[in-house]
Amino acid sequence: MSEGFHSLQEFMTHTKGILYLLSLGYLVAFVLFWKYLHDRENDDD
Amino acid sequence: MSEPANPVERPIFCPFNIIAGIIILVGLGITYLRFTGGLGAVTNLDDNNAWGFWIGFDLLCGVALAAGGYTTAAAVEVFGMKKFHAALRPALLTGFLGYSMVVIALLYDVGRPWRLPYPFVWSPGPTSVLFEVGACVMLYLMVLFLEFSPMALEWLGERKLRRVLVRLTLLLTIFGITLSTMHQSSLGALFLIVPSKLHPLWYSSYLPVFFFVSSVAAGLSMVIFESTLAHRAFSDKMDEEHKRAADAVVLGFGKAAAFVLAVYFAIKTFGVALDDNWGLLATNYGLWFLLEMIGFVLLPCFLFVVGVRDLNPTVIRWAAFLTVLGIVLNRLNICLIAFNWQLSPADRYFPHWMEIGLSVFVVTLGVTAYRFIVTRMPVFYEHPDFSEGH
Repeated sequence: MSEGFHSLQEFMTHTKGILYLLSLGYLVAFVLFWKYLHDRENDDD
Repeated sequence: MSEPANPVERPIFCPFNIIAGIIILVGLGITYLRFTGGLGAVTNLDDNNAWGFWIGFDLLCGVALAAGGYTTAAAVEVFGMKKFHAALRPALLTGFLGYSMVVIALLYDVGRPWRLPYPFVWSPGPTSVLFEVGACVMLYLMVLFLEFSPMALEWLGERKLRRVLVRLTLLLTIFGITLSTMHQSSLGALFLIVPSKLHPLWYSSYLPVFFFVSSVAAGLSMVIFESTLAHRAFSDKMDEEHKRAADAVVLGFGKAAAFVLAVYFAIKTFGVALDDNWGLLATNYGLWFLLEMIGFVLLPCFLFVVGVRDLNPTVIRWAAFLTVLGIVLNRLNICLIAFNWQLSPADRYFPHWMEIGLSVFVVTLGVTAYRFIVTRMPVFYEHPDFSEGH
């Protein structure tokens, strides 16, 4: 556990918070990534 | 479709055969030393490092890079992507030979290889992850043998048995995918038991997920990479349909690999975030980790995207090559480089030259067998007498 955390509760709150933020960011990013990967193919259709 | 029009006659004393012959002779010498003098005679393994180069390279990399078999079979047989059909037989052959090489390497690495069947017939340990890996690899090797058999049976002109095996294709494919999902992830699960030995940047409770997702990227990339080499060396053995489908396979698999690598990068950041290891990224090991993540995950992902959007197979082929290198680097990092990272340099493991030599020998055996098979059996073309079964 890193310094600055006084309990497992604090540590988990911090790391889980980061994980949730990352998850939300990736949810949006993957939709955009998928569209970017396929948009020329769709243009051709 | 029919047999290719102008097959090239290959002389016995060509450069490939001479070099392969020398490597095989040296390998046979190391084999003699290994089985007469034991592991200590040819390896630098010790109590700190019981798993060395043979497990890190031959087994972990071999299994990951042989994943092309189940990924291609899933795409073609289960998801109905028939436009990738031309890639199926080469992928299954590579998978079958890859797993065969893994088992051959295991015979050298396990102290008493004649006891390999013990967990299945003498003292089963079904609660062990290693038992699951062993069972899955054994069963999947059998599945791959059965999936490969129609090529050999067409070559031998054996119709009845081939017809039975072709009817079992879907069943074998689903069984193969199930087994692969299990043991590709379990290879990562083997390292869950060593949180104090594996560097925190590589250790994570998500290791089984990392291994499985990266194996999909490895399989897709290996199909592209192997197809690139095959088109250079064996284009005379390919029919027109195989040559025509090559770019579609590269573009389709490149698109899938781009997305899988992006997912892999995302879950790797989850691994760092879960244990709050961000601070470690500024250390020497952190820089090495960043090199793996940026140079061999993000960069090939970017190149796959560029290649797919620009319809440029050359860029995709380079991306596939980088991904294959990245998978090898990742497995070696986990098994060797970031393993026992806290030991003093004197206690760290570096493979004996004979360990590396034996791995080269095993890979050469695989390449030689591949060459023997594709120059004789209908791998890159449809046999004119059996084209109705494809």
